[in-house]
Amino acid sequence: MENTGLSLTTVTLFLPMVGLTIIAGMALLDAEKNRENFKWVAFAFSILTFFASLLMWANYNSADPALQLVQRNDWLPQYGISYYVGIDGISLLLVLLTTVITPIAVFASFRSHVIHERGREALYYGFMLLLEWAMIGVFVAQDLVIFYIFWEVTLIPMYFMIGIWGSENRVYAAVKFFLYTMAGSILMLLAMLYVGTQAGTFALPEIVNAVQSGAVSFPFDGLFSTQSFLFLGFLIAFAIKVPLWPFHSWLPDAHVQAPTAGSVILAGVLLKMGTYGIVRFCLPLFPEASVAWAPVVGGLAVIGIIYGAWVSYAQVDMKKLVAYSSVSHMGFVVLGIFALNAQGLQGATLQMINHGISTGGLFLLVGMLYERRHTKLMAAYGGIWKALPLFGAISLIVSLSSMGLPGLNGFVGEFTILMGAFGSEVLGFFFALFATLGVILAAVYTLAMFQKVYLGELDKEENKHLEPMHWQEIAVLIPILVLIFWIGLQPVGFFNTMDTSTEAIVNYVQPHIDEIVVENAASVSEAP
Amino acid sequence: MDIPTLEQLNLSAAFPAISLALGTCLLLLVDLFLPKNRKYLTAWLALGGLAVSFIFNLFAYNSSTTALEGMFIADQFTGFSNIAVIVATAISILLSIDYLKRHQMERGEYYILLLFSATGAMFMAAANDLVVIFVALELLSIPLYIMAAFRPNDARSEESGMKYFILGAFSSAFLVYGAALIYGASGTTNLTEIFSSVEGILATQSASSLYLLAGTALLVVGLGFKVAVVPFHMWTPDVYEGAPTPVTAYMSVVAKLGGFASFLRVMIIALPALALPESTIAVWQTTLWLIAAATLILGNFVAIAQTNVKRMLAYSSIAHAGYILMAVAAAGTAGLGDSAAQAALIYLLAYTFTNLGAFAVAMVLEKTDGSNVTLDDFIGLSRRQPLLAFLMAFFMLSLIGIPTTSGFIGKWLVFQVTLEAGLIPLAIIGVLTSVVSAYYYVRIIVNMYLRENEAAVGDEGEALPGASQYVNWAIYASFAGTLILGLLPVLATNLVNTVNLATMFPR
Repeated sequence: MENTGLSLTTVTLFLPMVGLTIIAGMALLDAEKNRENFKWVAFAFSILTFFASLLMWANYNSADPALQLVQRNDWLPQYGISYYVGIDGISLLLVLLTTVITPIAVFASFRSHVIHERGREALYYGFMLLLEWAMIGVFVAQDLVIFYIFWEVTLIPMYFMIGIWGSENRVYAAVKFFLYTMAGSILMLLAMLYVGTQAGTFALPEIVNAVQSGAVSFPFDGLFSTQSFLFLGFLIAFAIKVPLWPFHSWLPDAHVQAPTAGSVILAGVLLKMGTYGIVRFCLPLFPEASVAWAPVVGGLAVIGIIYGAWVSYAQVDMKKLVAYSSVSHMGFVVLGIFALNAQGLQGATLQMINHGISTGGLFLLVGMLYERRHTKLMAAYGGIWKALPLFGAISLIVSLSSMGLPGLNGFVGEFTILMGAFGSEVLGFFFALFATLGVILAAVYTLAMFQKVYLGELDKEENKHLEPMHWQEIAVLIPILVLIFWIGLQPVGFFNTMDTSTEAIVNYVQPHIDEIVVENAASVSEAP
Repeated sequence: MDIPTLEQLNLSAAFPAISLALGTCLLLLVDLFLPKNRKYLTAWLALGGLAVSFIFNLFAYNSSTTALEGMFIADQFTGFSNIAVIVATAISILLSIDYLKRHQMERGEYYILLLFSATGAMFMAAANDLVVIFVALELLSIPLYIMAAFRPNDARSEESGMKYFILGAFSSAFLVYGAALIYGASGTTNLTEIFSSVEGILATQSASSLYLLAGTALLVVGLGFKVAVVPFHMWTPDVYEGAPTPVTAYMSVVAKLGGFASFLRVMIIALPALALPESTIAVWQTTLWLIAAATLILGNFVAIAQTNVKRMLAYSSIAHAGYILMAVAAAGTAGLGDSAAQAALIYLLAYTFTNLGAFAVAMVLEKTDGSNVTLDDFIGLSRRQPLLAFLMAFFMLSLIGIPTTSGFIGKWLVFQVTLEAGLIPLAIIGVLTSVVSAYYYVRIIVNMYLRENEAAVGDEGEALPGASQYVNWAIYASFAGTLILGLLPVLATNLVNTVNLATMFPR
């Protein structure tokens, strides 16, 4: 078996676990005395993890389409399961996103009132690191069962984070989050077991090779056949996580009730696990079903784009607005994936990063306002720019980035996705047309929020003496701003990183698109 | 008939079970001479007896032989079941020591009954003969009837014992009648010989094949009662609620271990070929999967409505019997007998650790006035007892089947073998009811962690009624088992890698 030695991927993956162990040890020794220290441990290890992931990027050879930094050890050999981790370009970018967002979320928690009031720092920061471990694990796992383990483990810390440190309705939101996502993923478990049993191994690259070479095949015969059911088994789990319309109803609840850092991680990284899963599993394992179902899923994505934008506009609660805008933005990502061409997939991958940064940023900003005024209702604000000019300026940049202004990151991703959808052989013009409508609507609701909160007269007494920005708040936003401009102005480096990997995935699907095009051409020529 | 020599009996293969039986008899004598206020010594001696049996079990572990004239099989299946039984019994003893004292029922007989019952479970797992299964089942059950009614002057405990006894005796009758019918059809009670005669009986198409069928059905009823599957589960909630908590913990695990071990042996060794002509699927598969589906649905849905933790765990144990029965049903497909047995065994071990842990924590919260532990008793536990709450949360996650716990490994193996058997609807029911089960298990976590603010003021630091050092050991042991099995399942799968019930006697 190849590469049983320790790889950089494993090091990055398990650094948060080291931090978690230290926190647990400190809590067992003297939880009261160490109260103030837990956050520093968490922060230090999330930063260490970030540097480790930068090392991964430095060691990654983007010209090589194969898996890199691989490690594989037996876990349960009788059943063909191994601890199998490695990265390609898409995994790498998402790992980087995780390791950037986590320290930001940890650092943003330093000033959170809720955590001061409810206490239990050890539990909170421990869960942060557990979550980071599981999220990185999802992105680097190359074995179905190992993937599933990490996938399910992400549920637990997020559940507690919403449930313990959330706002009024937190128990309801936490339980809904837990049951909703578990219902989806447990069907995926069945589909995984079926795939693994048929293939005789759970190692993803081996199964993909077997599927491509025809050694293993999942019978495909239209929209309702074995392969399609397996495809749906995976897709529903991922669609709930994304969340794709109409599986989105847990998201607004979870976001509104979650503490700021929880929302940042939820929007920043957890949602991407769904779209990443589609790219990593659905397309290569079930290419025929992916092609057949692409118009349906693409249609749901477009509905989600417009529906999310529409509902966002109607919100009075800022956090709910940003939550629904996530439904819209993630719809773009799904649309890009199911364009099933290189452009669409690249745009989708970049948009995952972009959405993580912009929406993460928006949640941070909403959180900072909430810390000052203890309300998330837009009606309570107005003219904030006059009270906090720096805050207003940063908010403007992040909002513009979220709605896709050229020169900032959001534009690059959405534009590439729309190009992909236009040029797609399975989706085509109308999908792109309606999605473009979503871009316009995004401008409407984002600017409406900006206007209601930041512009206008500073007419409310409570808003006149808001506490100015703390250096920690500025520090937390700097990486977000840097990335917004970096990706907006120089996206080439990011595209290069994932180029060969997206190419490889498109190549899995392309033959089956060609088949359909040939079939359609044949039926057209027969028709008259 | 010749009297067999000791060598022919091959007693050494059966030593783990025999040594425990002898040790228990010895303990019965020793106990007479222990003064009344030092009955805890009996507990320690009982633990010692288990340790001896465990060591014998290690020596006999990888053997593959029969003893007592073919009535007893010593193989990995027996060895693995023995490990689970011994571990469960040892943990139950640890739970009992202080509980008995606190409830003024400290008597040496208790531990002796416990050990007799464990011996019965060990014989059940090793039995290769319907008569031995019956005798072992009674040995397992009769002490349980007594122990269920062990709390003096408590109507609920007496009701529990009485109910269990009457229904248990009734179900034993079913089992015996089934055995008699099978004997009538095949002329033997030996499982291996039944297997070799089945094909002949089916070929003649005589009335014997009907006897065989009816006998199988009655065996399923008898064993189904013991492991508490729907519709033979009615006794479970009442008996579990009324019995002293350590006894409940013990019987929720060991009665299932013994019952399922026999279930697997009978179905996989004796009756796999009981199939329609030209079919590779045993006729009992459909029945079992319907029972499993009903068990999963009823157990999980009714558990939602419970507020009494012992009753909730009772319904949850019914549901878990449904998951294990999925594997038994899968064994009806030709060629899957062994992997089904392995999946069921690992599920049983995983369930043993987790369920004992959950009962142990519930026991810690139990007040001495005999009132029930309710879900509300868990409110704010994470504040008062962070470690205990964490462990309970872990057990609950394991019962749901979240990865990194043993419950996940068990469920996953069971689902896999069910899919391999082509029982896709059953597998889907299995996963969906898992989500339902998450609802009621998560409620305990909600109460412990998320509803702390509602806890009554002054609860902080309140002494736990049932806490003691021994109980803590029991909880830690359960936790260690749950975690290790979840992270390194290879340790358990290696212990069952040569389980071969179906292939032991090739056709």
